Amino acid sequence: MAWKDLLVERRSKETLNALLFFSLALLFVFQFALGPDRERLAAVLPGLLWLGFILSGVLALGRAFLVERENDCWEGLLLAPGDKSAIYLGKLAGSLALMLVVEALVLALFVLFFNVDLGPALPGLALVIVLGTIGVAAVGTLFAAMTAQVRARELLFPVLLLPVLVPVLLGTVRVTEALLLREPLAAVAHWLQLLVAADVVYLTVGLLTFDVILEG
Amino acid sequence: MVAAESLIRVTGLARVFGAQRVLDGVDLDIAAGEAVALLGANGAGKTTLLKIVATLLRPTRGRATVAGHDCVREAEAVRAVLAVVGHGAYVYEDLTARENLVFWARLGGLSADRQALAGALADVDLERHADARVRTFSAGMKRRLALARVTLGRPRVLLLDEPFAGLDQRARKWLEGRLEAFKAAGGALLMATHSFGRELGIADRLAILAGGRVSLDTPRAGLGPEDLQRLYAAHTEDGS
Repeated sequence: MAWKDLLVERRSKETLNALLFFSLALLFVFQFALGPDRERLAAVLPGLLWLGFILSGVLALGRAFLVERENDCWEGLLLAPGDKSAIYLGKLAGSLALMLVVEALVLALFVLFFNVDLGPALPGLALVIVLGTIGVAAVGTLFAAMTAQVRARELLFPVLLLPVLVPVLLGTVRVTEALLLREPLAAVAHWLQLLVAADVVYLTVGLLTFDVILEG
Repeated sequence: MVAAESLIRVTGLARVFGAQRVLDGVDLDIAAGEAVALLGANGAGKTTLLKIVATLLRPTRGRATVAGHDCVREAEAVRAVLAVVGHGAYVYEDLTARENLVFWARLGGLSADRQALAGALADVDLERHADARVRTFSAGMKRRLALARVTLGRPRVLLLDEPFAGLDQRARKWLEGRLEAFKAAGGALLMATHSFGRELGIADRLAILAGGRVSLDTPRAGLGPEDLQRLYAAHTEDGS
């Protein structure tokens, strides 16, 4: 499933192009609004970074099941014998890979646009980005499947998703802030634990309920 | 003589969409090695019936079983023994024909070895287009690819919705041969169609859906094209 999704995306580049243009537009707006004030920038950068990640993630995940609508492939997935959680994991892996690629590019652009020195914070930042993205993708894949066949899915999907992502948002922003301020990771260990716990809960719920959601 | 095993059994099946009662007490029995052509006007419920048997839709009332498995409570067991070619071809436009077959084969736990895929594509005359993206295919080619996907597995029951639509003469002949072979191997076939053409030659029985029920279930043998037209008109336009 992940192989198929990434292959389709590599050829069509529909989601990747949309995400890159969206992220660039976001960066321009942030740059314009914040100006060169380094102090203001340091205070808001973690929030801005994750706002960019979450919004591009919502965009990517909202499109995750669109490809299954063409030629009734959704029906084909339903009819495939076997454990449907494999489809969930495949979709999740495909979305995760795409989101991480976009996030790496957005991070590089943030460094360029705002002249930020990530330096020693980079390994910790990579960890929190991976943990945060797993959480977003885990619950996002589930809700994307839930709303894929609904007429108002563009409206319903973020309305369902964003409130559930609050623990992930809080954890990622707080840990990112600590990393950029060169605080030790131990100081925000409880936020990291929250992130890991949220990932475990979202993944478990996704695996256990995807079957029911796919069947409608 | 021992009666052939019933592979598809539909009893008192009803399906309501809002205020519209599409199926209202459908009874149908299809034995191993038997093919039934399902006829009816637009909106008569042919596709709805196929979807319920395929486990894609739940009936409002009644029961459908495939190879003895209940289509609602034992959907996974049903899916393991049936294959469906519906209105959509279940193909991804940005994958090649071969990649589509690999994907569906792996998802269904089937062998995706190169030889099997090449054979399936050759069967439907798509071997020259194996590495072309489906986006470039005509509707008929997509239909043939959908049929190639079905031949990868070993289903006992085939559900086909307008299987001959969009096929050229050569593909039609190939499909007729495959369906006859499928029947001869003990498979059961339920085929929804609007056509009175040569594809009805595969059917052992004709079932006409009208008023939410099977208004006529009759052996096909001995019925000429004029008999078919007359029966169809009597059971659909006159409301039977």
